[in-house]
Order: sequence, then C-alpha cells, then structure tokens
Amino acid sequence: MDVIVCVKRVPDTETRIKPSAAGTEIDSSGVKYILSPYDEFAVEAALRTVEAAGSGEVTLVTLGDAAGSETLRSGLAMGADKAILLEGSSTMDGLATAKALVAEIESADAQLVLLGVKAADDDQQQVGPMVGTLLGRACVTGVTSFTVTEDSVRCHREVEGGVEVVEASLPAVLTITKGTYEPRYASLKGIMAAKRKPMETKPAADVAARIAVRSLTSPPARAAGKIVGEGPDAVPELVRLLREEANAL
Amino acid sequence: MAAKFEGIDFYDIDSLLSEEERMVRDTIRGWVEDKLMPIIGDAYVDRRFPKEIVPELGELGVLGANLPEKYGCAELNNVAYGLIMQELERGDSGIRSFASVQGALVMYPIFAFGSEDHRTEWLPKLATGEAIGCFGLTEPDYGSNPAGMVTRAKKTSDGWLLNGAKMWITNGSQADVAVVWAQTGDIGDVKTIRGFIVPTDTTGFSARDQKGKLSLLASDTSELVFEDVELPESALMPESSGLRSPLMCLTQARYGIAWGAVGAAMACFHESLLYAKERIMFDGPIGGKQIQQVRLADMLTKITQGQLLAYRLGRMKDDGTMTPQQVSLAKRANVDMACDIAREARRLLGGNGILVEYHSMRHMANLESVYTYEGTHDIHSLILGQTLTGVAAF
Ligand SMILES: Cc1cc2nc3c(=O)[nH]c(=O)nc-3n(C[C@H](O)[C@H](O)[C@H](O)COP(=O)(O)OP(=O)(O)OC[C@H]3O[C@@H](n4cnc5c(N)ncnc54)[C@H](O)[C@@H]3O)c2cc1C
Repeated sequence: MDVIVCVKRVPDTETRIKPSAAGTEIDSSGVKYILSPYDEFAVEAALRTVEAAGSGEVTLVTLGDAAGSETLRSGLAMGADKAILLEGSSTMDGLATAKALVAEIESADAQLVLLGVKAADDDQQQVGPMVGTLLGRACVTGVTSFTVTEDSVRCHREVEGGVEVVEASLPAVLTITKGTYEPRYASLKGIMAAKRKPMETKPAADVAARIAVRSLTSPPARAAGKIVGEGPDAVPELVRLLREEANAL
Repeated sequence: MAAKFEGIDFYDIDSLLSEEERMVRDTIRGWVEDKLMPIIGDAYVDRRFPKEIVPELGELGVLGANLPEKYGCAELNNVAYGLIMQELERGDSGIRSFASVQGALVMYPIFAFGSEDHRTEWLPKLATGEAIGCFGLTEPDYGSNPAGMVTRAKKTSDGWLLNGAKMWITNGSQADVAVVWAQTGDIGDVKTIRGFIVPTDTTGFSARDQKGKLSLLASDTSELVFEDVELPESALMPESSGLRSPLMCLTQARYGIAWGAVGAAMACFHESLLYAKERIMFDGPIGGKQIQQVRLADMLTKITQGQLLAYRLGRMKDDGTMTPQQVSLAKRANVDMACDIAREARRLLGGNGILVEYHSMRHMANLESVYTYEGTHDIHSLILGQTLTGVAAF
C-alpha cells in the first residue's frame, strides 16, 4: 500500500515571529523552520499504515524553495522512503498550492494521500480538501485515526461531544489532526539513512497565486495588569471588575 | 519557567554544521526536553539512575553512536556524536556519564581492542541498551595515577585469575559487563596492563554502590571487587597493550565531556536568562540591573568560547588530526567554564536557585564530579605543562 504525504516547512511554533521590514511576510532571520506538526502526524500515520500493510512506500511531497529539502529529510529520517521537492513559491493561495501538488501526485497510484489538517503557520485548512476535490477523490478532514480495509478507509473524527466514524472508498485524501499519531523520534540511524534515500527536485507547475498578503503586524503589546488590592479585602472589588468590566463572570 | 530550550548560538555555529549534524542535535534535544526533563529532578532527589530511559537511548541510537553500523551503531561522525553529548548533559551530567561510559569506555575498547568475536557478541546489545557496561580503571589507591594499579590478572593453565578492586565505577552496580584493566606483569610496569571483558555474573565479581554522594546523584557509582574471578582465555582483549589502551578510551570519553560541559553550561545560562527577565526586584527585572547583565554577558562569552573549542576539536577528530593534548585542553577549559557558569547561575537565581525545580544547582553539584573524573583539572594542567615544557611534573 503506497501512501503520499504532502508536507510543509513552517516556522517552529515556539519561535517568536516578527514581520519583515516590508510588512507582508515574516522576518525569517534567526527563525528555525520545522516540518509542520500536523504534517508530522500525517507522516506518522502513513508509516504506520505501510508497516501494518507489510509492504508499500511512503512518498513525501512538498512545495516551496530549496530549503524544503531539509524538511523532507526530517520526514525521511522518520522512515519515509522517498521525497519530491516541487520548487516554487508556497503562498497563501491554497488553491494554487493544491494545483501544484495535484499536478505531481495525480498520476501516482497511491491509494491514500495524507496531509496535516492545516499548516501550523497560516492555519487555513484549505489545501487538503482542495487536493481531494481536484483529484476527484473522497476526502475526510480532521482524522484522528484510521484503518484501511480492502477498498475503503474507516476514519475516526473527534466531533463536539463524541467520536464520529466515517468510511470512505479508496483512493481517498485524508487530513490528519492530533490524535493517535504521536510522531516517532527519528533515530540517529534513520537520520544517516535519510541521506541516502532518493529525493527528487523539480520545478513546480506554474500556478499563479490569486491571494496575497497585504500587511502583517504583530498583535498590540498587552496592557499592564491592574492590581486591585491585597488579601481578602480586595476580593469584592476583583469580583465586581470581573463581572462589570471584563464580563468574565 | 519551563520555556522550551532552544540552545544558544551567538556566533552562528549552526551554519558550520551539516544538515545531519543539526538533525541529530535537534532529535536529542527534543528527546531530552520531552522525556528526560520531566523525570530528572525526581530521579536526582531520589538518588536513582533512571534506568527506564536506557532502551529509549538504545532505540534512538545514542549508545556508541560513532561506531560502525555493522555492529548495530549509527556510525555518526564525531561532531554529531559531540552534539549528542552536549544535549544529554544539557539534561544531566549523570545521564551523559551513562552514555559516555557505555559508548566511549565500554563499546569503544571492545571495538578497538577486542576480538571480532567480542565485537559481534557485545556491541549490538550494548548499542540497544539490552546490556549495560562499566569501565574499571580507578582503584582506591590509584586514582590520578592508574599506572600503579594493583588489580591483577594471573595467567592460569586455561585462562586468567582476577583479584583486586576498582573504585568510583560509573554504572558498576547496573552493569552486565565490565571492561576491567588489570596488571598481568609486575606492579608498576605499564606495558603489561591489559583489558579484560568480565561478565558481571561471573563468580567472585561483586559491585556495591558508593554511599553518601553529593554529586551525580542520578548516576550509579560503585566499587567493584574481584575475588578469585576465573576468566577464560578469551576474556582478554587481544589488542589491548599497556596503559596506553585505557588512556585511548579516556581520550574518547574526554572528547565527549568537552561537548557535554557546554550543554550543562547552556542549560544554566538558559535558565538564568529567563529568570533575570522575569524576576522583579526593586521595581524592575533583575536582568535590568548591571550586575546581572555582567553575569549574563560573561556566561554568553564563555559558552561561545567553549562551543568554538568543542566544534573545532570535533572537526579535527573527524579529520584524524586531533591529539590527546588538545582533548585535555578542551576537557579542562570547558568543564571549568561550566562549573563557573553553574555557580553563577545558581547565585543569580537567588533562593530559588537552591531548589531542584531549577536546574542550575543540580548541574553545579554534578559538574564537580566531571571536574574530577576523566583526569582531574589539575592532571590536565600537568599534561599541558608537560606538552609545553617537556618536563613531566606529575
Ligand atoms: C562520580 C565519579 C564517577 C567516576 N567514574 C569512573 C569510572 O567509571 N571508571 C573509572 O575507572 N573511574 C571513575 N571515576 C574515578 C575518577 O577518574 C577519579 O576519581 C579521578 O581520576 C581522580 O582520582 P582520585 O579520586 O583518586 O583523586 P586523587 O588522584 O587522589 O587526587 C586528589 C587531588 O590531588 C590532585 N593530584 C593528584 N595527582 C597530582 C599531582 N601529581 N600533582 C598535583 N596534584 C595532583 C588531584 O588533582 C586532586 O585534586 C569516577 C569518579 C567520580 C567522582
């Protein structure tokens, strides 16, 4: 069973982000980039699927600049078999991204295409469903775990107050979210092996983006807190403020 | 306080590292953050080596990581290996000690001086952590001067008879196998010191934990006693020859310590910097006061120097040009640096600095062992002194 995982390079979720001088993108100096955590769940899910099937390959695909190779290597180090870097620009336009990915993967006969439920940087949740639509395949989003049968995939989704089990026919596209797929650590042997695994770089299909970021600003600095008083005497005033000013009670 | 550790890299040393080296570093850093940091404080206070992490270290490929793949190891270069030591010691010197002993003092000699049978028998299970090893060189009366060792291996008709005692042996009570250095000729003749592979369940072998330690509490340190331990012929590591063999092991381990110390110092600096920015005293963060800024500036400077030293040493090791004296310089300088930083960090933290919730005092206490083992600071001064003047002053 072959599985394709679409992955994205994003700033480490722990780094403090500042807008660049131009104010339309982030200042990348000193920013550490990682494989998007949701995509890591998807890589883990793909590896477990192939391991359970006993055969097959996991292929990673990313769209972005040359630095994407590093992100792909970290997925290869986890255990994926090969990787494809589509050199091009990754923009806010989810459709442009989805088209570029689909141009590469539509001819592959992988039964499953997995993506993270969203990219940890722009949070749009667009690309997965768009890939599904463009490929004309069943698409299930926000999957926390799944099992593959002969010709279908049973997916668990966490919904308000419960778990929903849905079944989709294969081939299918799934977007994976936090659930059972706690990503494994790349072993040091895996890191060394990743160096020798095939990675193909090719220009991405030329798809013009129709969405652009016009400005990016940091949130306003938080205003200083207010000290109402000390000890039990201050409680009534605190309660009053929480009720009347903060509307928290 | 628990902001994620992201390292300190004021001189962009990252750009000198390869992609794999950075990935190795980040993997171990992540593991330490997720798996070691949550348990290390309790393990330390309970004076317990957290043995449960050994299989994880094995699975990651940390143990003997710079040894060949054909024995089950990761075959990393020495810079990547050093970065592993740095990250482990960022967590705790005791955990790094475990990995140093297993890799540099047990697996390395078996690899370098053992027979092919020794290698295939022991290295794969030491790499996974299925077997734990220890290294017995130091004796109660022969610490800095192991040349005088009195532990003896006497040739018998069909093997060897081992008698004597070793002291301060890391992992001793946990070990499945001990690499023991013993005199096979006349006491004091360094050429007849040889290495033996001793399974710890051999009759006559016993290990007892050192009591009353105030340092390296999350690591076991034991005394080994050999009472008429009968060993087969094959227990001898055939390529071991004289005191230079254990000294070659020490060069490997000291190399790792030169990196490890940087990790401990980085942990203390990280904690100090966060604390200095957040702790309000006299209406402002203490980090806004000149004295604490000097402290932090000194720490940053010394850490950067230590990083450059370790990095360059690693490249020389990979190029095959590194000398034991260069390792002495780095072990001596970096451990001394880390001791200073840990103490200053502890002081910067005020009262909180004596608590186990913070890490600086644990590092400070641990580093006193690191300062002493693998050649005391003084012994490395004398090694460098001899190199410079040609006069041995031991
Ligand atoms: C926690 C811990 C773990 C250890 N693990 C191991 C292990 O796994 N395996 C192992 O074999 N050993 C191990 N050791 C032993 C360690 O290597 C020795 O403690 C070290 O070599 C010093 O020996 P010593 O303690 O006998 O001190 P001594 O040699 O007695 O030194 C005492 C003092 O005298 C100084 N000194 C010694 N000689 C001279 C000289 N010629 N000139 C000037 N000053 C001198 C020293 O610098 C020191 O300050 C460990 C030690 C510790 C503390």
